[in-house]
Amino acid sequence: MKNTLNINDEHLKELEDEAIFVMREVAAQFENKVLLFSGGKDSIVLVHLARKAFWPARIPFSLMHIDTGHNFEETLKFRDDLAKEFGAELIVRYVQDSINNGRVTEEHGINASRNKAQSITLLDAIEELKIDVAIGGGRRDEEKARAKERFFSHRNEFGQWDPKNQRPELWNIFNGRKHQGEHFRVFPISNWTELDVWQYILNESIKLPELYYTHRRRIFSRNGVYLAWAPFMQLKPDEKVFETDVRCRTIGDITCTGVTLSKADTLEEIIAEIAATRVTERGGRYDDKRSEAAMEDRKKEGYF
Amino acid sequence: MKINGKSENKSLLRFTTAGSVDDGKSTLIGRLLYDSKSIFEDQMEHIVQSGKRLGRDELDLSLLTDGLRAEREQGITIDVAYRYFATPRRKFIIADTPGHIQYTRNMVTGASTADLAVILIDARKGVLEQTIRHSYIASLLDIRHIIFCINKMDMVEWAESVFNRIKDELTLLTVKLNITDSHFIPISAKYGDNVVDQSSRMNWYNGKTFLNLIETIEIRKNKNPDNKRFPVQTIIRPNTTEFHDYRGYAGRVAGGVFRPGEEVTILPSLRKSKIKSIDVLGKTLSETVAGDSVAISLEDEIDISRGDMLVSTDDLPVISQDINLMICWFNERPMQLGGKYLIRINSNEAGCIIKSVSYRMNINTLENDFENRSINMNDIANITIKTSKPVFFDSYKKNNITGSMIFIDEGTNETVAAGMII
Repeated sequence: MKNTLNINDEHLKELEDEAIFVMREVAAQFENKVLLFSGGKDSIVLVHLARKAFWPARIPFSLMHIDTGHNFEETLKFRDDLAKEFGAELIVRYVQDSINNGRVTEEHGINASRNKAQSITLLDAIEELKIDVAIGGGRRDEEKARAKERFFSHRNEFGQWDPKNQRPELWNIFNGRKHQGEHFRVFPISNWTELDVWQYILNESIKLPELYYTHRRRIFSRNGVYLAWAPFMQLKPDEKVFETDVRCRTIGDITCTGVTLSKADTLEEIIAEIAATRVTERGGRYDDKRSEAAMEDRKKEGYF
Repeated sequence: MKINGKSENKSLLRFTTAGSVDDGKSTLIGRLLYDSKSIFEDQMEHIVQSGKRLGRDELDLSLLTDGLRAEREQGITIDVAYRYFATPRRKFIIADTPGHIQYTRNMVTGASTADLAVILIDARKGVLEQTIRHSYIASLLDIRHIIFCINKMDMVEWAESVFNRIKDELTLLTVKLNITDSHFIPISAKYGDNVVDQSSRMNWYNGKTFLNLIETIEIRKNKNPDNKRFPVQTIIRPNTTEFHDYRGYAGRVAGGVFRPGEEVTILPSLRKSKIKSIDVLGKTLSETVAGDSVAISLEDEIDISRGDMLVSTDDLPVISQDINLMICWFNERPMQLGGKYLIRINSNEAGCIIKSVSYRMNINTLENDFENRSINMNDIANITIKTSKPVFFDSYKKNNITGSMIFIDEGTNETVAAGMII
């Protein structure tokens, strides 16, 4: 073993080898390739894996961000710096534009979110730029519909996923053949768990946005989930904003990303916290709480 | 993970589960996750709510793995679901595959990446057609370790005689199928007996619990240690000032060990060169083994592209256009004798024509059927194909990466069959 100091070296190495293999299959089998980059830890790990897969050449994918306009400020700067550092082209498409041109109807009310609207903006961008593959950081352990996902996931010409009729995926042979107008979503870290991602970040010394570490923030509680407060968010009468020490366990659109009360300010502390937690990572994601099959329904429509 | 002050290296075990409808596979996995405390509070809340909505009285652990709406409504598993859990000893990836007969392709899919297969048997029903099929598929895909879980022991009054009768029948089956490492455990997934904790209701069983067995079973990870095989996935050409002449062949080692300075032969050109360096993100490695994703550069400038393979000069794979193999057919459209398909064998792609069907496998009797040779969905058969160009391969038993392939229908682009070279 090369590095006996690392935690779980052997299984992380196997997961890394698998992810790099998948990245290289994408590079070889597709023409117009983007890596869906949200500024969250999973997509940051993807960028790191892509560097490893193609070094010393540049990453052969553009980074694409579907911007809801409801961001944590810090992630945007992190995104821009990262793209610059690795010389990757950055493509940004805005949900606001889709709203302005009538493609998307803005949700209203207390739980209004642009999370679902992202799918339309994403599919429009895929069509506009003739993208035939989009690499995503989705993991099968995140959510029950994701557990059914392939590494190479076919999308029809409407961008839809048909979970009941997926291509069988055998050994390490990936079939990325498609007809005109269809595309693929590829998930190189399908087999990673949340803990694997964090241990890998530690082992590889990968830089993350400060939001993942403890910081003071104004938050409020809704249905048992702590949400970060932002000026455009509507509060119910009984909801009070207060300031405390929190960190983000996932980073997505600010309207639906729960935060965790935490004082963890090192990767080791975060890993210890996650190893002991009794709630899943997406347990704090408001977007999944809408209905039992919320993720399945969104994925069928073209979600990440 | 520190145990006794020593740094522990957790290994990864991939296993697949198979059983007939209602054998309790999903319940077993649910039980495993529940009793090993791998189910989280919000997931628990989900299955309680979901169970209420569907009018189930007891806590239904199968709701945890049946992720699609249709699966939950119909109470069946449609597609392979992947589950993850860890104990202080090992990390596990479970491919939960549907046992329903028309979904054989899912079992083959799940089995193709598994180190171990778990086959469930309903103690009341004993060995069924599906049990034979599942065992046969596990042996066909060369899974070397099988655990037979005799489930629903609670419904046969925890009787040792029932367990022994089924075990004897299964032992005969494993001998017939050449399965060398098989294990038998009496369990009740519903009540948790012998899943994580030892059953107090079956004191006659002295073996390991299911969890203890999968934590401790020795798996030969590196299946292909002997023959050097490196299929080229893509070429890395930086074209920067610093790496102006660098040309790396990116791939994942499919067999053997490669070291700088060693001679390799490149297929299909049969030209020879020496390994100049083996690289991963700025690090140069002194050797690379099966399973590693690396970039290899060579001393000489040779025309190499995706689909080519670097191998040791004194141990070449078979190079041929005629291939005899076992296939499992996945598609609703039957296989066309004389029909043309695309094959993908690791990173190589070629056209092929189906020349002949030697026999079809009768999975009820495990005998070869030489009479009816039409190949439909879920059929397993021995066929011969001719490829559009010479391809290089090993037998599947020798190397499961260079010996496996998929068939693609060029019209629909669907993966229509899996093949294992004999």
